[in-house]
Amino acid sequence: MSNILWIQNGRVIDPANDRDANGDIYAVDGMIVDQLSDVQKAAAEIIDAKGLVVSPGFVDIHVHFREPGQTHKETIATGSRAAAAGGFTSVVCMPNTSPAADNPGTIQRIKDSAARNSVVHLYTTGTITVGRQGKELAPIGSLNQAGVVAITDDGDCVQSNALMRRAAEYATMFDLPLMDHCQDSSMTEGSVMNEGLMSLKLGLKGWPSAAEDIIVSRNVIISRQTGAKIHMQHISSAESVEILREAKAAGIAVSGEATPHHLYFTDDNLENYDTHFKMNPPLRSKRDQEALIAGLLDGTIDCIATDHAPHTDYEKDCEFDYAPFGILGLETALAASLEVLYHSGKTDLKTFLGWMTHKPCALVKLPRETGTLRAGCVADITLFDPNEAWTVGDTFQSKSKNSPWIGMTLRGKVKRTIVAGETVWDGAQIVNRDSGKC
Amino acid sequence: MNKSEAWTLKDLVSLEKLSREEIDTIHHMAAHFKQTLGRRQKKLPSLRGKTVVNLFLEPSTRTRTAFEMAAKRLSADVISISQSASSLVKGESLRDTALNIQALNADLLVIRHSAAGAAEYLSERLEIPVINAGDGAHEHPTQALLDTFTLREKFTPEGAEQLSDLSGRKITILGDILFSRVARSNIYAMQKLGAKVTLAGPKTLVPKSFEAFGVEVSHNLQEALADADAVMLLRIQRERMNAAYFPSIGEYTSMFGLNQERASLLKPDAIIMHPGPINRGVEIDSTIADGQRSVILDQVTNGVLCRMAVLLLTASAAGTKAKGSI
Repeated sequence: MSNILWIQNGRVIDPANDRDANGDIYAVDGMIVDQLSDVQKAAAEIIDAKGLVVSPGFVDIHVHFREPGQTHKETIATGSRAAAAGGFTSVVCMPNTSPAADNPGTIQRIKDSAARNSVVHLYTTGTITVGRQGKELAPIGSLNQAGVVAITDDGDCVQSNALMRRAAEYATMFDLPLMDHCQDSSMTEGSVMNEGLMSLKLGLKGWPSAAEDIIVSRNVIISRQTGAKIHMQHISSAESVEILREAKAAGIAVSGEATPHHLYFTDDNLENYDTHFKMNPPLRSKRDQEALIAGLLDGTIDCIATDHAPHTDYEKDCEFDYAPFGILGLETALAASLEVLYHSGKTDLKTFLGWMTHKPCALVKLPRETGTLRAGCVADITLFDPNEAWTVGDTFQSKSKNSPWIGMTLRGKVKRTIVAGETVWDGAQIVNRDSGKC
Repeated sequence: MNKSEAWTLKDLVSLEKLSREEIDTIHHMAAHFKQTLGRRQKKLPSLRGKTVVNLFLEPSTRTRTAFEMAAKRLSADVISISQSASSLVKGESLRDTALNIQALNADLLVIRHSAAGAAEYLSERLEIPVINAGDGAHEHPTQALLDTFTLREKFTPEGAEQLSDLSGRKITILGDILFSRVARSNIYAMQKLGAKVTLAGPKTLVPKSFEAFGVEVSHNLQEALADADAVMLLRIQRERMNAAYFPSIGEYTSMFGLNQERASLLKPDAIIMHPGPINRGVEIDSTIADGQRSVILDQVTNGVLCRMAVLLLTASAAGTKAKGSI
């Protein structure tokens, strides 16, 4: 007997197909279909989506699941459950594991674990350079064969312009995009927060946005020269948005992402030295925040990505200078982003969901069409109530708790997450599954 | 002393959060303690039976000795711990170290740390008073209290009963402002006491964005020193030169060092201050450091008095709270 799903009465929004209308969605054996026969209807599992939005499952092209090597912070099992709880059905893992994912063996190890442990589709990235050291090229062709969807040294930025140019040139043979964490490290030595009035007041070492802008510019130039797709990770500065805008207008193959935390917070939130607001790149000014929003609205920034970066409580509970960079993102991404972009009246749900679904998919080399409810695609579906208010508690599906949103009330609640036709999150808990979904 | 009821704070973390009244309370108490200096028996019994722990995780001569002396003058027992002698070198966290000190029944903790925010961090986690003896480039509140006390003393007419405030005074702070906790605390303290503050030095170390603090920023010494009632010099560190904040020590001295010619721009009765340690011949001419207008050593003496006041006030506030909760 096949597995048949009939999602009824929801507001179906599928940005890739410009669809926003009340209706039903059907899936048979994990694939979306246009309609069900009467026999299938009689056998279908019916899900009532009245009052809910039915969206393609969300896609996050920037997460850290810490496996292998830092499983005290997160594992593929816990990270993928956090993704499911946040409405994400596909995630792209960064390669800054320990050891770094700079070779096909480590990629395979991650994939094997995902096959056993992940409740969502998990895609890997490989590094640009060996050990993320920025000195010699990683085996990019072999990584491509191993199935990585992009290459990146995320967490570190390739400082050598010559190396970055060669990496870009080489990667075009495989049509493999590069993702860059844009940071000129000579300008950020010892820096822990945005350079501005707040860093002056707190006496913390400032991090000029120029450190990001210079590398964004560099990448634009390299992309123009090589034709390589270069994606700017977690853009945080107004000038970087402007550089990207001009590059896109000139037809250069660059793209960018914004995180919910850069959209939601500014460096004013650091006034009490709370390490839950310490991230890389740092939270910046109101002006930068507004530029990120404007960048999303006019298409300069392609998508939202969380940079989900778990750290244990004891690692974050220390002097600000010594705390690691990064915060949780997956389980609060929808609500936090809806507050800034939708509930504020800045955009509609269809546009918003584009940044969470098909648009990020277009930036990486996925093996199949993802991020849409088109018939023939895998049935990855998220049901959510955009208006339901909830208070972020201090328990997460993630293994860590380093979220700056704890205690805040946000609107937008994920009610069900369906991966390949099977419910993995029912709005309150993970639905037990036997095997992974890699 | 009659104003000490204006004090309810368990901790002293920053000058930014202190009110004018609270600054007055400390200064009046320090002035009172000054009168006891001439006595043969300098010790007061106020903190007898209390233990003050100085946790100094950065090098310090003046501040640590002044805190030790202040605690001893008040009859407290004092234990000083330095970084190299602590379990922090074994990897113990600051939180655990401090919780252990509290569990040993210490009554007050004085903390010096290279990380900004460290004192505030501990004050939120400890029951006992936490006194900030300098946290990174953030604040050094007792330094600003002793500096402004010294200024007020100098500006108070002889025979007056109350300390004058700093209304209408122009005070220039000259040097490495960007990395200076002394500058930040003094900006707040001086402004709360009515002074107009000018920051001066090379643009790389005195960025214009400091104007948001309500101060003037100047890179022209003529302008910055003209008609100033006081100038406070800050130590120039070689490591800033290595990080390209300025080209060389020699160029710094020639552009921004306080020499006789530049000192003559100040008001005739202006005073010259330095929190120490001084680099003679770098930010200040040796003869000026030792000259008539220099109050550098008065600052040191007053440092003990202001810290006595801070120890006593915070200990009393903590004691009141403890009683109230029984």
